[in-house]
Amino acid sequence: MRLGYDGHVEISHPHDLIVGTNFLTGRHGQAVASRPWEPTMKAENSKWRQTRRNASNHAGENWRKRKENTAKALLGAAALFLSACSQQHEAAPTYHADENPEHLSDWGMIAAKDGALRLSNGVTPYDLATPLFSDYALKLRTVWTPDGKPAVYNATEAFDFPVGTVITKTFYYPTPANEWPRENWNGDVQQGLERGVHDNAMALDHLRLIETRVLVRRAAGWDALPYVWNEDQTDAVLKRTGAVLPLTLIRDDGEMQPFSYLVPNANQCAGCHATNATTKAIKPIGPKARHLNKPSSFAEGFNQLDHWLAKGLLTGEIEQPAPRNADWRDENEPLADRARAYLDANCSHCHNPNGPADTSGLNLEPDAHGPALGNCKTPVAAGRGTGGRPYDIVPGRPELSITLFRMETTDPGAMMPELGRAVTHEEGVELVSEWIAAMEGGCG
Amino acid sequence: MKSQAFACAALLLAAACGEKQEAAAPGDASYQETLMTQLLDAKPGDVIDIPEGRFAFDRSLSLTVDGVTIKGAGMDKTVLSFAGQVAGAEGLLVTASDFTIEDLAIEDTKGDALKISEGENIIIRRVRTEWTGKPKTENGAYGIYPVQVKNLLMEDSVAIGASDAGLYIGQSQNVVIRNNRAEYNVAGIEIENTFDADVYGNVAVNNTGGILVFNMPNLKQPGARTRVFKNEVYENNTKNFGLEGTPVASVPAGSGVVINSNDEVEIFDNDIRDNKTANVIVSSFYSSGFSEDGMQGDFDPYPQGIYVYGNRFEGGGDNPDGLELQALKIAVAGPLGRIPDVLWDGYVDPALTGASDVLCVQNGEAKVLNVDGPNDNKNPKVAEDGVHDCAFEKLPAITLTGPLADL
Repeated sequence: MRLGYDGHVEISHPHDLIVGTNFLTGRHGQAVASRPWEPTMKAENSKWRQTRRNASNHAGENWRKRKENTAKALLGAAALFLSACSQQHEAAPTYHADENPEHLSDWGMIAAKDGALRLSNGVTPYDLATPLFSDYALKLRTVWTPDGKPAVYNATEAFDFPVGTVITKTFYYPTPANEWPRENWNGDVQQGLERGVHDNAMALDHLRLIETRVLVRRAAGWDALPYVWNEDQTDAVLKRTGAVLPLTLIRDDGEMQPFSYLVPNANQCAGCHATNATTKAIKPIGPKARHLNKPSSFAEGFNQLDHWLAKGLLTGEIEQPAPRNADWRDENEPLADRARAYLDANCSHCHNPNGPADTSGLNLEPDAHGPALGNCKTPVAAGRGTGGRPYDIVPGRPELSITLFRMETTDPGAMMPELGRAVTHEEGVELVSEWIAAMEGGCG
Repeated sequence: MKSQAFACAALLLAAACGEKQEAAAPGDASYQETLMTQLLDAKPGDVIDIPEGRFAFDRSLSLTVDGVTIKGAGMDKTVLSFAGQVAGAEGLLVTASDFTIEDLAIEDTKGDALKISEGENIIIRRVRTEWTGKPKTENGAYGIYPVQVKNLLMEDSVAIGASDAGLYIGQSQNVVIRNNRAEYNVAGIEIENTFDADVYGNVAVNNTGGILVFNMPNLKQPGARTRVFKNEVYENNTKNFGLEGTPVASVPAGSGVVINSNDEVEIFDNDIRDNKTANVIVSSFYSSGFSEDGMQGDFDPYPQGIYVYGNRFEGGGDNPDGLELQALKIAVAGPLGRIPDVLWDGYVDPALTGASDVLCVQNGEAKVLNVDGPNDNKNPKVAEDGVHDCAFEKLPAITLTGPLADL
């Protein structure tokens, strides 16, 4: 087996088939072990990685066998972690049932130390097939459940996590400068690709941590708490009222673009995470089957759902095939799948049949179609958010489609999503534009 | 360049650096954190008092807790200015029930000024929403915007300058809108996909359209049973400054009361005058210029049960908006004449027997112009006496319930 130039693993031997289509769930069997842009995939050969590679070679067998292997691998990893960290302060994940601690470090999930963002033992990083765009911020997501209790699988909704679960999402950017610590950062950030997590740590060189959002599952439901990283990048501090940070994005072509980065306040967290406007209950958005059903970026050789199952993070019956969103960047995937995955991840937390944007009648979940999806649909309360265009989607005519205008504009009164975006996602616009351009027909 | 960007944010400037402001000055920015924290920490039963003064905000406010009252010192004394807003689609977004807001103003938001989504028992009283520049397309869409609410009282409020609707009530039930004033909006007051609304005692002046009662497709509920009475609807002749695509952009300037695709609407005892296209317009979805491809199957595009009686009409119809309507006027009334008080597009639901199922007019001398929409306006004519001389059973008055029962 070798890495293709585009990062896909070419299969040269049956044993290389990492996730067979009939392996447990029948989930998508892309033979992609890790993120192609992580050079560490082939460069590194730690003991842990070697153990995991052994595990992945047994992929054709049933998942219990695999689970055992994984357990061994994880034990090995834990041992490695413990030995590596034996001289360090050991942060322990802590569920705060009532209090909202002042510092992110009080949760004990992640900590910035010695030039790396370190995940505590038992804290699992994960990522999504197609994530929400947030002004080109990169994100590190983690999940931790108390006493190793699993979340219960759900085919369409966010998994049902046990009380005490803590999910974090850390927003960070590549930066041109690399002084550490950096008290006098000038606000310059760059575009880039997510950095890997190795031996439970993400190196922080050339990175700036902006904020970490914590979702905690308490007895009464989920709470959302925004933490903003301090100037010297040692910890993040609770900022319930959110913040506006003046940053400058240095685009890949060198263009400097000042923008106002929004850290949402606790209510604005609910603006996206209360995905049902009637119950108003806050829920995680990312940890759904269709977003997680992808090759793991953190456990080589595993489909991420299988990894969660193997780790005991997840339980329940998984149908075959399990729902799956495309990676919006993967040009080997059908255009429509990529565009729909993008719209799902960026819009459907509000634009679903029960969401806050059900007032618009526009539904951007994966199963929507026809006028509900926007085809020739007259806007209801878009106001000047129409951009002077007649319908949400005019098949074949992206330049007449309101959807594109909403994605392109950075006017807070007209843009979509309403929160968390201040610059245009050029690549996202291009994708959705291509998708609409490829549609046949028009609006009669 | 960089320092300039920082300076902008630090000063919470009204707009991008270097851009000339014609709107009102923002005001005190230090209050933002205080109010945000109060909104976050609010408990049911709390009253959040906002003192007299001008306060500047750079991002949206939101409230998610039931049972909260927000109270200012008066709609001209307590002003929340969003002229320097950099994030958020509203000024204040409320997703809660048993909510009361009174005696304050929200100015110059980038999007909607006050949005209240999915709540019950909502009171909006003596609130002003305004875009302080001229009426222009860049203004936010809605002034006061309750949507999907039940049991709503909106009274003594003012909406100025919205690029869509000043007072907009969408997808709601059991609604009283009274004694408000709407001016220089595209739509003054708009009732959309709402069941059971009483709209009375309001003044709608200098909008593009004064009072609109609409149904739009693809939504969770249609609407029906609205009474529009004892309002003053006059001189709504402001050029339409809504952007194309938004439903109100198709409303001709000079429209008094407009019914589109809605059922069981009573228009009575109003003073309606000098709306240059027509004092009353009754139309179907087919006349709105929207694509029929974008209409879900069970949507009823036809108005029916529209009852116009006992209004005081004066003037109007003498200078309609656009060449087609001008030509129409000349064809039916001559160059010096006027379009009759009620303009109807002529569409009749095939399931109904005829014009008298759609529109009854018992309003003295007021005539109905049928513009013959189904035949591409080939034969527009003033309806003969008797065609619309009919009556529908009158709708009952709205009774507010629960905590609003005695208001």
